[in-house]
Amino acid sequence: MRRDLTASIAAALAFTVIFGIAYPLITTGVAQVLFPGKSDGSRIEREGETVGSSLIAQSFLTHEEIPEAEREEGGPKAIKAPDPRYFQPRPSVTTYNPAGTGFSNLGPNNKELANRTAQLLENYLELEGPFTPELGEDDVPVDAVMTSGSSVDPHISIANARIQANRVAEVRGIPLDRVNDLIDENTDDRDFGLLGEPGVNVLELNLDLDEETT
Amino acid sequence: MTANGWLQIVFYLAVLTALTPVLGGYMARVYQGQPLLLERVLEPLERFVYRLLGPSARSEQDWKAYAKTTIVFSAVFFVVLYVILRTQGIHPFNPEGFDSGPWDLSFNTAASFVTNTNWQYYGGETTLSYFSQMAGLAVQNFVSAAVGMAVLAAVIRGLASRGARELGNFWRDVTRTLLYILLPLSFVGALILVSQGVIQTFSGWVSYQTVTGVDQTLALGPGASQIAIKQLGTNGGGFFNVNSSMPFESPTQFSNFVELLFILLIPAALTATFGRMVGNRRQGWAIYVAMLIMLVVTIGVGYAAESNGSPAQEAAGIEVDAGASDVDVEGSDEQAGGNLEGKEQRNGIATSVTWANATTAASNGSVNSAHDSYTGGGGLPLLFNMMTGEVVFGGVGSGLYGMLLMVLLAVFIAGLMVGRTPEYLGKKVEAREVKLVMIGTIVVPLLVLVATAIAIASEHGDVSIFNPGPHGFSETLYAYTSQGNNNGSAFAGYTGFVQPNAPGNPGAYGITFADLIGGLSMFFARFVPLLAALGVAGSMATKRISPAGPGTFRTDTPTFVALLIFVVVLVAALTFFPALMLGPIVEGLTDSLVFPG
Repeated sequence: MRRDLTASIAAALAFTVIFGIAYPLITTGVAQVLFPGKSDGSRIEREGETVGSSLIAQSFLTHEEIPEAEREEGGPKAIKAPDPRYFQPRPSVTTYNPAGTGFSNLGPNNKELANRTAQLLENYLELEGPFTPELGEDDVPVDAVMTSGSSVDPHISIANARIQANRVAEVRGIPLDRVNDLIDENTDDRDFGLLGEPGVNVLELNLDLDEETT
Repeated sequence: MTANGWLQIVFYLAVLTALTPVLGGYMARVYQGQPLLLERVLEPLERFVYRLLGPSARSEQDWKAYAKTTIVFSAVFFVVLYVILRTQGIHPFNPEGFDSGPWDLSFNTAASFVTNTNWQYYGGETTLSYFSQMAGLAVQNFVSAAVGMAVLAAVIRGLASRGARELGNFWRDVTRTLLYILLPLSFVGALILVSQGVIQTFSGWVSYQTVTGVDQTLALGPGASQIAIKQLGTNGGGFFNVNSSMPFESPTQFSNFVELLFILLIPAALTATFGRMVGNRRQGWAIYVAMLIMLVVTIGVGYAAESNGSPAQEAAGIEVDAGASDVDVEGSDEQAGGNLEGKEQRNGIATSVTWANATTAASNGSVNSAHDSYTGGGGLPLLFNMMTGEVVFGGVGSGLYGMLLMVLLAVFIAGLMVGRTPEYLGKKVEAREVKLVMIGTIVVPLLVLVATAIAIASEHGDVSIFNPGPHGFSETLYAYTSQGNNNGSAFAGYTGFVQPNAPGNPGAYGITFADLIGGLSMFFARFVPLLAALGVAGSMATKRISPAGPGTFRTDTPTFVALLIFVVVLVAALTFFPALMLGPIVEGLTDSLVFPG
């Protein structure tokens, strides 16, 4: 018993040093040398300033301050709405917070989930409907109205992107074909043509669009 | 369901099957003390560890000595981890200045990691410093996995023994597992993950303004090194709250595949290790095939259910068929469809469901999608996987020794049917072994049901439930099934921790009831089957091996595979069917929606 105890304490020290300190330090060192950008979170810079991470979704909303006189007590200070010039990411339950990740946890029979989904569906149709007139409820891609596992899912489905392309092209006055080309360029296909699902990276696509129009 | 989805599932299982004999053979060499290429690099470190451990590492141990060392070793590591969590505030590598954890939550977390469960009541990036993640949790990821594998090696030696009482030496088994199996695989795995975009850094969080001028903060840290081992060691405790759903934990379809492969890699390969160590590879394959068949069925059921979408989606009026759209926009049919709530676009339905089933089958518990949002039909296989007592692949080491108890039970039942003394690997299975098998297989389900019943019947359990109606019952059942089988995956709605002002700990408190019941379940679930398996091995070790005759019931045939599956399913079904009726089955049968509150 004593022998087991002293050996266990020695093991706790040795294994903590090897696996708790040496292993992560060495892995970090090698990773930083081999994959410097990726190990630091795949940050994207524009004009020298970090504006996001290519792996993390961010919101693209318009921000319109409500004049103080018109504010309702306890009400919002600004009106936020999807910015029609940009592709919109999947909805989020954490306002796209990568430092406090979460999912909805709503069960399949939860009325709240049904109501929330119906609301998101309505919002989507309202935003895209004017630019894609034939768009009906049953044409809306699932990813556009269901929140993701991380709430910062950087991708949307190709279907979702193609529908939004009609709006973005018209609002920005760019030919639809050009927008569709940019979608293709920013689509992460299935790895090896097999794994997972293809997705369009919203942030990278939007940055390319901005570059196109300036 | 799509053809591509099925193809991905088949491809995954094919790669897993191909790697099983390769890694399995290598691990047999590790446990049999045969020369390894890696010894040229790591042997000095191995010798250094033995020197630190003193004389303990030299002597051979019988089953009682082996068991005693295992318990003392785990107890010491439990205390160390508990102290680290409780004193987090004063340690280095804490750039966000997180406080120390509450006592009840720290108890649950320490129990969780020492028992290889990695149940997450804590929120990774919002409560734990880099130091706690590395020196506390990541160390346990390695060590608790190594303990399970060491015990398995001892159990196999007992079954294969030709009369010797000794089952090997715990210290040597643990050290060799750590240095020659877990460390190299984790290191290579971590680098593969970083190449895909998984973070690995010691810099603090990064804040910036997004394209439209909103503040956003990236939580960073040494992620890949921990993620590789949490997948490999069937640990599952994530760097981030949402585990591998988070793009920083698994950014691409390929990283998702690698992590998915890592979940089952070692538990699957250990069946081949077993076959080699008992001198009959077919014995290993028979167990592998039985496990594989059960896994394939649960994946199939889950994939079909999740592809059909949820009642909530139907009520909201969404089309859930993959590729269903008649709108005149080119490419508007290119979408995953199905129940995508809580699932990432890059993963889609097929790999999310495969992961969910692999992680519950393997007692891993990491997730790449929100299990709480799975449909009744999608959630049922996950619960079932855990309710088999984590023997379908199961935890590293613990899954196979649990399965070997089931094998003995199957052999015993077959013996009763034909009226012969049951034998396994040429050794007679007698009253003592069968008693131990019964203890090892009954205690765990008993714990789960009692814990669930108390939690449901008392108001203490109510505060932890998130969803209303039968899904709330499923959450509770899932939480105690997961902890009571050392799995660690969650219907995450069920909580044992409240943190009103995230991030940082101020004002946070644990939910004592959920933390304690859960923590105790994890201890019993880990150590009762472990001791039973070692006891069986100890008494089988000294038995004579009689040569196989024409009357011997063979345990490496399709007939036996079928019998083994039957026994595993029967035990789980008889125990848990009533509980399943109240939760997921009710959910699956109804389309009606439930109001919260």
